[in-house]
Amino acid sequence: MSADALGTLLQQPLQFPGAHSALAPAGPQAERVHALWQFMWIVSAVVWVVVVLAALYATFRRRMPAVDAPLEQREPLSSGGPGMLTAVIGATAATIVVLFVFLILDFRTGRALTTPPAGALPIKVTGHQWWWDVQYPSSRPDQIVTTANEIHVPIGRPVVLELASADVIHSFWPPNLVGKRDLIPGYTSTLWFRADSAGLYRGQCAEFCGYQHAKMAFYIVAEPPEKFTAWLAQQRDSAHTPADSLTRRGREVFLSSSCVMCHSIQGTPAGSRVGPDLTHLGSRLTIAAGTLPNTRGNLAGWIVDPQSIKPGAEMPSNQISPDDLQALLAYLETLR
Amino acid sequence: MSAETIELASTAEDDTRMRLELERTWSGRPGLIGWLTTTDHKRVGLRYIITSFAFFILAGLNAGLMRLQLARPESHIVGPDRYDQLFTVHGTAMMFLFAVPMMTALGLYFVPLMVGARNIAFPRLNAFGYWTYLIGGCLLFGALYLNTGPDTGWFAYVPLSGPAFSPGKRVDIWAQMVTFTEIAALVGAIEIIVTVFKNRAPGMSLNRMPLFVWAELVTAFMILFALPWVALGSTVFLAGDRLIGTHLFNPAEGGDPLLWQHVFWFFGHPEVYIVFVPALGMVSEIVQSFTRREVFGYPALVLAMIAQGFLSFGLWVHHMFATTVPELGASFFTATSAMIAIPIALQIFCWIATIWNGRPRLRTPMLFVLGFVITFVIGGLTGVMVASVPFDLQAHDTYFVVAHLHYVLLGAVFPMFGIFYYWFPKLTGRFLDERLGKLHFWLFIIGVNLTFFPMHFLGLQGMTRRIYTYLPETGWGPLNLLASCGALVIVLSVLVFLANAARSWRTGALAGDNPWDAPSLEWAASSPPRPYNFLHIPVVQGRAALWSRTPDWPVVTGLRTDIREILVTTVLDAAPDSRHRHPDDTIVPLLTALAVGATFIPLIFTPWGVVIGTACLLPPLVAWAWPRSPEHDEQRSEEQGAAV
Repeated sequence: MSADALGTLLQQPLQFPGAHSALAPAGPQAERVHALWQFMWIVSAVVWVVVVLAALYATFRRRMPAVDAPLEQREPLSSGGPGMLTAVIGATAATIVVLFVFLILDFRTGRALTTPPAGALPIKVTGHQWWWDVQYPSSRPDQIVTTANEIHVPIGRPVVLELASADVIHSFWPPNLVGKRDLIPGYTSTLWFRADSAGLYRGQCAEFCGYQHAKMAFYIVAEPPEKFTAWLAQQRDSAHTPADSLTRRGREVFLSSSCVMCHSIQGTPAGSRVGPDLTHLGSRLTIAAGTLPNTRGNLAGWIVDPQSIKPGAEMPSNQISPDDLQALLAYLETLR
Repeated sequence: MSAETIELASTAEDDTRMRLELERTWSGRPGLIGWLTTTDHKRVGLRYIITSFAFFILAGLNAGLMRLQLARPESHIVGPDRYDQLFTVHGTAMMFLFAVPMMTALGLYFVPLMVGARNIAFPRLNAFGYWTYLIGGCLLFGALYLNTGPDTGWFAYVPLSGPAFSPGKRVDIWAQMVTFTEIAALVGAIEIIVTVFKNRAPGMSLNRMPLFVWAELVTAFMILFALPWVALGSTVFLAGDRLIGTHLFNPAEGGDPLLWQHVFWFFGHPEVYIVFVPALGMVSEIVQSFTRREVFGYPALVLAMIAQGFLSFGLWVHHMFATTVPELGASFFTATSAMIAIPIALQIFCWIATIWNGRPRLRTPMLFVLGFVITFVIGGLTGVMVASVPFDLQAHDTYFVVAHLHYVLLGAVFPMFGIFYYWFPKLTGRFLDERLGKLHFWLFIIGVNLTFFPMHFLGLQGMTRRIYTYLPETGWGPLNLLASCGALVIVLSVLVFLANAARSWRTGALAGDNPWDAPSLEWAASSPPRPYNFLHIPVVQGRAALWSRTPDWPVVTGLRTDIREILVTTVLDAAPDSRHRHPDDTIVPLLTALAVGATFIPLIFTPWGVVIGTACLLPPLVAWAWPRSPEHDEQRSEEQGAAV
């Protein structure tokens, strides 16, 4: 993706809660579920009002006097005549009818959403404590694109996600686009969706997965196909070779410190897959799994003291001299 | 020799003599010894009720802290480690230490009274169950306050709770705490089933049983079939993986993490109904007494509860729609989840019909029943929504489900509070204050709805569960603040109730034996009931026992009063069958419970706990099974005769 395309994206203010909500559908699946929800809540509201009014009317309706008559003078204890029996049977029958209508709508919606259409774009998403590894597969190993916490998709084209977990159970959920799917160790599951309008959609892990379950978010960037293709092509490149002495020193810092134990940067000796791939870190919107905007200051804070931002995260605090830090930041920023 | 039923012909003099003798036979020893050795179902039951209410308050305080943390985005009142412990212990305690034990405890206290028995069946087991439960509860909260509380959720999903991702002893404490409460719940269920089947007063055939007794019976059977599953899951499978290196849940060794979810929810879903069905029984009792009408559609209500009991075992997969369940399989569980709404709806219609025909007195218990209808119906309707697979995939694991489950479970807490106001005169001989009761009700219903209604929208706006904080830009702040304010109102309402209970216990208005003019047998006992419950075991002549009795009410005679003897009747018709020598008070149940503690607490740390436990358990079990000699009884009877 070109620099100005990213610029346009960043200029759009994130529209919350709209950008992270099942009530603002941006694709056919979330749309159908939203329609189902609207029908269900309206019917339910009517049912609730009727039942509560019936209960309140039954309690407060005007009655013959002599409420506290002694035992002998009271009316017979048998309750309800044939009218009441009919009413109860009728109400139960109405309940069954409403439930059947719900059931049929549920099944219809479910059928419409399950089967992924042909020609979908495959993407592999692997859940980690507490970030998302995203891979665009290719038959040629050098064409595989690996990124993290940010999924670019072309609008109008279905996407099939192949979901897996590297550690515990996570759950992938972009509410604007589709319902969630669990990522279970030992299983691979699939989920498909289609984004119909360009935009930035947030999602976060929905299955409790430990300390930083709260800060395990991701963004889906839905963009026109040509922009998406450009982005993918740019992501296929290896990392930029440092051009000046500061960024060269930054790369040296990266490769000689503990960073290299977990992270990989294509085109350098760093190849560990424990943490997110950083080859194009500079082009991403956020760091720390959707926790902070990707700015120089935030990145510095994250490198030095990740534990105060995401306590319990796997990334250790780093003792690093200010000069080295500046060089490292300069280098990381070139990784666009 | 079978007990004989004759018309009441005793003179006042006979009664006095009999009362003295029963008092002497059934009273426990005085003082601390008596407190530790008692097997009176009322003393044990009351203890159970108070203990589980205390756990309700402690678990509620956890929720208060969580609401404080979530009131604002990016709050730093508690960190993720503490927050995870808070919500895990909140859920675990509310389910295992409050909801199920409270519902069972009310049964342990009131079922024998309502069926006209002198004590519960297996009274020593009853005392043992309480002590075991107490040890389990103290273990959980002790761990929390020592900062070693479990932190993987009340559902403890593997592999997060497995040895690889939860080192330390936190999850082991959770697993063994579950074991303690399982044992307690299972023995309680057995006592209730046997009491209901074999100790009913003559004439109380199954179709004359009060609806609360039916509810407790259905619940007891559900406990019997559901709880062994979580015991299997936690005590055997999870503890096995963690303690002795079995790999049942480890996919790398051929294990399967989904196995845990099936086992857990096969218990976990019926668990909801184990909490809920007794509450239905309470609603029936309150509606009946405060409308002065027999409940409309008694057979329908009984069958609805039984149907719910069966159906609740066919729903568990609806907790797992987001896993890899095949479409066709999932639709079966959508259908059953919708189906269980039918018996519940039917019951609500029957109560409305009863109120419609009757003359409702709007005392506090009745207000809580109306609060139950208003609140629970919302939970029921959202339950039908989340039964839908496509909708559930949006709502699952979000605050929508938090709202749904609290509407359902607090739907059961409304009748529980109602029944406290209803039965408090029986428990203590005094009324709870009516004005404070109404204040309690209004604060509670406002607080509950203020807290949980906004959560529906938070969930649909993407707020997931079990998060210790959220970012400001998500826009979840305002509704969370509203929910937190609601939690404060709930705290206030519970404080009002506590103040009311504390004050009324000593100085409340005196209530007679049957202050509400209610129809069931517990109101034939004195308030509070004597240790022997009934001077004469009554003979039941109709479904509403006290409303249908004739002036010359027949009673049972022929039971010995000099030793503890109870009447055993037949299952269906409650015809007198035989007499049973009831055990005396003993310290053995407490010792056995301590030995169980000495088994399972070491098991947190080492498999050698089994060996230690076996050694500790042997002596109390031998003492428990030690035969009683008939001569001892005769000797005691003579001493007593001389004394009287």
